Amino acid sequence: MKDNSHTISRIAAPIRGMAQRFSFMALILLAVALMMLGKVDIGLMESVRANVTDAATPILDVISKPIVSVNKMISEAKGFYSVREENLILKQEKDRLLQWQAAARKLEIENKNLRGLLNFPVEPAAGFITARAIADTGGAFANSVVINAGNKSGIRKGQATITGEGLVGRVTDVGARSSRVLLITDLNSRIPVVLQSSQARAILAGDNTHRPKLIHLSPGASISQGDRIVTSGHGGAFPPGLPVGLVASVNEKGINIEPFVQRSRVTYLRILDYGLTGIVETPPIRELPASTGNKKTRN
Amino acid sequence: MKTSIWYRLDILTRLLTPFLLTLALVVLNLVPLEIPSFSRVVPLLPLIAIYHWAVYRSELLPAYAVFMIGLLQDIFSGAPIGVYTLVFLLVYGMVIWQHRFLFGKSFAIIWLGFAIVAGGAFALVWALISLWSFSLLEIRAAFFQYLLTVATFPSLAWVFMRWQQFIIRQL
Repeated sequence: MKDNSHTISRIAAPIRGMAQRFSFMALILLAVALMMLGKVDIGLMESVRANVTDAATPILDVISKPIVSVNKMISEAKGFYSVREENLILKQEKDRLLQWQAAARKLEIENKNLRGLLNFPVEPAAGFITARAIADTGGAFANSVVINAGNKSGIRKGQATITGEGLVGRVTDVGARSSRVLLITDLNSRIPVVLQSSQARAILAGDNTHRPKLIHLSPGASISQGDRIVTSGHGGAFPPGLPVGLVASVNEKGINIEPFVQRSRVTYLRILDYGLTGIVETPPIRELPASTGNKKTRN
Repeated sequence: MKTSIWYRLDILTRLLTPFLLTLALVVLNLVPLEIPSFSRVVPLLPLIAIYHWAVYRSELLPAYAVFMIGLLQDIFSGAPIGVYTLVFLLVYGMVIWQHRFLFGKSFAIIWLGFAIVAGGAFALVWALISLWSFSLLEIRAAFFQYLLTVATFPSLAWVFMRWQQFIIRQL
């Protein structure tokens, strides 16, 4: 009996080893095949990604919550020490902004009158959805965040995402309850922009560094450090004029942009519904208040 | 001796913990921290777990489990699907192949082994994604991520060691 089992294990062990080696090779090949498939059929991988992320959304949602409260506590504690100084700065800023407000009101009326004279069509007002970033990509190789709103909340692929400071990125994969926002710093991000002063067109191309590059600048356009870059609204669902960043450096290696939005400060995001995605699918009919847009907040 | 179903269930759960812990690290890696530039260099925690379990209890983390962990890492992190899957599998295979050399050695050797394997892993991820997107990726952030991962190894390995002693034991 003992001898018998010994013989069996002597025969079985190499077979088991071979089977293990074989299944290991099969898994390696499968991984390579998945990579190739992802290159050929982008849509399939996007939907797989969206669905799996969707399934994990409740977990990500819960885990990311304490971080938000801790960050809030830290910033509140910090704020406590600088209340006086901040108050002074805010007062000065308020005075300055009031002047700007007066100027803006005047210009708005003037603009409206001139549009009336020219019979210029009114641009659609952008509605927006507010969502929270529940997952970061965690690494040097991809720059995107997962947010806790999906097509149930009206998120569509291609929509622009902003914070109060400026453009964050655009929506790529959309699930039912979650979606992925590709940041403007990602390697795959291409955003049509203009120089605000000269209205020269260019493309903002991410390269995985924190300072994306400006490429395809219209020939003959002059550019210098500190120029403001805004979205142009060409060819997509992006409203024109969203603040993007400032020109950080101009040299023979290229033009680099310092975005207004820092990746670490992306917690709550607004996803703009500009109504232009309706080219592919009919948008849901709803009333849009002229100035504020429709607001939906998810926590 | 008759073992009750609860006893067997208990053992099964304990044996599943290496896989579940590694999975938890994949998710933990995604938590958005509001520390400037940290999310670009955050240590790749699942890599540490896969290396550790491959060295000490590879039978508790079989190749298909590593495949699943890599696949989820790809899906959640936004990397091209298949990249981390392949790299995690290769790291796992590498450790199994060199098992005789690593097993039972001092912690310093294990750590050194991790530094070498992780260096290869990061280089491979960099190369694969560069190839996938037909452009050379920036290498600096990846290098810092690698350094941080190697620096995190001892503390996480310590937790795993304790876990092995008290939760899994000699099952």
